[in-house]
Amino acid sequence: MPEVMFRKGDNDQLIFYVAKKDLEETVVSLEFQQPDKWGGEMVLSDGQRYYLAPLDAPPKLPITLRVKRAE
Amino acid sequence: MAALTREETEALIQEVLEVYPDKAKKDRAKHLAVNDPSVEKSSKCITSNRKSLPGVMTIRGCAYAGSKGVVWGPIKDMIHISHGPVGCGQYSRAGRRNYYVGTTGINTFGTMNFTSDFQEKDIVFGGDKKLTKLIGEIETLFPLNKGISVQSECPIGLIGDDIEAVSKKVAAEIKKPIVPVRCEGFRGVSQSLGHHIANDAVRDWVLGNRDGDSSFQSTPYDVAVIGDYNIGGDAWASRTLLEEMGLRVVAQWSGDGTISEIELTPKVKLNLIHCYRSMNYIARHMEEKYAIPWMEYNFFGPTKIAESLRKIAAHFDETIQAGAEKVIARYTAEYEAVIAKYKPRLQGKKVMLYIGGLRPRHVIGAYEDLGMEVVGTGYEFAHNDDYDRTIKEMGNATLLYDDVTGYEFEEFVKRMKPDLIGSGIKEKYIFQKLGVPFRQMHSWDYSGPYHGYDGFAIFARDMDMTINNPCWKQITAPWKKAASAEGAQRVAASA
Ligand code: SF4
Repeated sequence: MPEVMFRKGDNDQLIFYVAKKDLEETVVSLEFQQPDKWGGEMVLSDGQRYYLAPLDAPPKLPITLRVKRAE
Repeated sequence: MAALTREETEALIQEVLEVYPDKAKKDRAKHLAVNDPSVEKSSKCITSNRKSLPGVMTIRGCAYAGSKGVVWGPIKDMIHISHGPVGCGQYSRAGRRNYYVGTTGINTFGTMNFTSDFQEKDIVFGGDKKLTKLIGEIETLFPLNKGISVQSECPIGLIGDDIEAVSKKVAAEIKKPIVPVRCEGFRGVSQSLGHHIANDAVRDWVLGNRDGDSSFQSTPYDVAVIGDYNIGGDAWASRTLLEEMGLRVVAQWSGDGTISEIELTPKVKLNLIHCYRSMNYIARHMEEKYAIPWMEYNFFGPTKIAESLRKIAAHFDETIQAGAEKVIARYTAEYEAVIAKYKPRLQGKKVMLYIGGLRPRHVIGAYEDLGMEVVGTGYEFAHNDDYDRTIKEMGNATLLYDDVTGYEFEEFVKRMKPDLIGSGIKEKYIFQKLGVPFRQMHSWDYSGPYHGYDGFAIFARDMDMTINNPCWKQITAPWKKAASAEGAQRVAASA
């Protein structure tokens, strides 16, 4: 369960950053992006998949959250 | 156009790897790559930030070097205790050339070495008492210090001293910040983890000191320069440009910097990151906690400077944008004259670099402005995000080497025959004896600054005076000259 910092990149894409693992990837798809639900399964540009327990509202970025590796 | 084709470069890597035992060969192969600018993610072609192999000559430093030498050391009004045996601090003392103004020993302490000088009995009985006593002595002898940092050397972690407890207790007594930094040299694979630990220590012990205090008058144009260590005056040459375009530089991290500048940084509007590798952590933290955006910039060479000034200005209003254009226009004549003078002397020269965590990619533009070409580059302690940023800067089929070993570097140089090598002091004399012009690119070879327009003029002059120095023709003794022509052929054949 890595701690991930999500932030907005230069072109408004969502960046997924794990300092300990040197991982800086773009999120290419995120399951829920509605005003009342944000999170779910996400796919990174290198194909890795993670799961974030959905939040009740889109967070103010950047934010550090815990995610799980998706099955 | 690269010096060698893709196939030739690949063949060269294979040839150099040939001498290693199988296991080492497999490992080192992952760190050497032929550049392909179309690749998006460096992780596909190069591995970095891994432990160096035992037995090879690596050029890396330790976590203590990353924290004490790089991040904390330049903060001039604090005293940085090298906590442990005397050597770590003494042998690296004042070697980094981070300039500062102030009176050394009175209100600034940059070039001095403070150490707890561990002896056997401190290892056996612990050094916490000694640390307490030492801080007391510092307070008596140097009362104008604004704070103290405790930079752990290897033994501190091994014997399990509690420097945090000592720091907290004594800080309460003397009412100054005392920052314990757990940067023991054995942590991590290179100085890079030391940068991270140092960033975290700044975050935990200093950055929040003025939260909730709004007495500082901020302006909409406040910025902080982060990751500029003022080597030979670099930060000063950068700062003038930012100020000329109308910005106010509140803090310099950490070249010529002070602890109060660091405490004020959460009040700025934008963080400007020069050395991404050593200070991106704190910038990311400030973005999350204080909502301060950050951006990377590059002040090497007029092309990149103009690009960066415009990119910085885009974060502000029209006054600043006009200011940026004014600055660029103002210096145009100056840098064009520099290029007109040196480009004809340097055109087409090939450069190989092997430096720390930022310059292997940042200086490429400056060389290109002079008509030179970087044919190989590599980092001591980069991570993949650095190589992501490098691939785009380098030409097709150029050579990339991560944590290069002494042997590999020498062989690459023999084959690629660059006209100039830019690396550190440990490499300098080997290559000079091989007859290859060499510049130290960590300490600017006792010159500098190289940042900014002013720095570019010095950079161009230095490169010219190194490459076109008549001494390179005198490398072979006169009585060996006749023989050397065929000797050179033999070397080429056997290499
Ligand atoms: S590795 Fe340890 S002993 Fe060596 S310089 Fe670094 S801190 Fe000192």
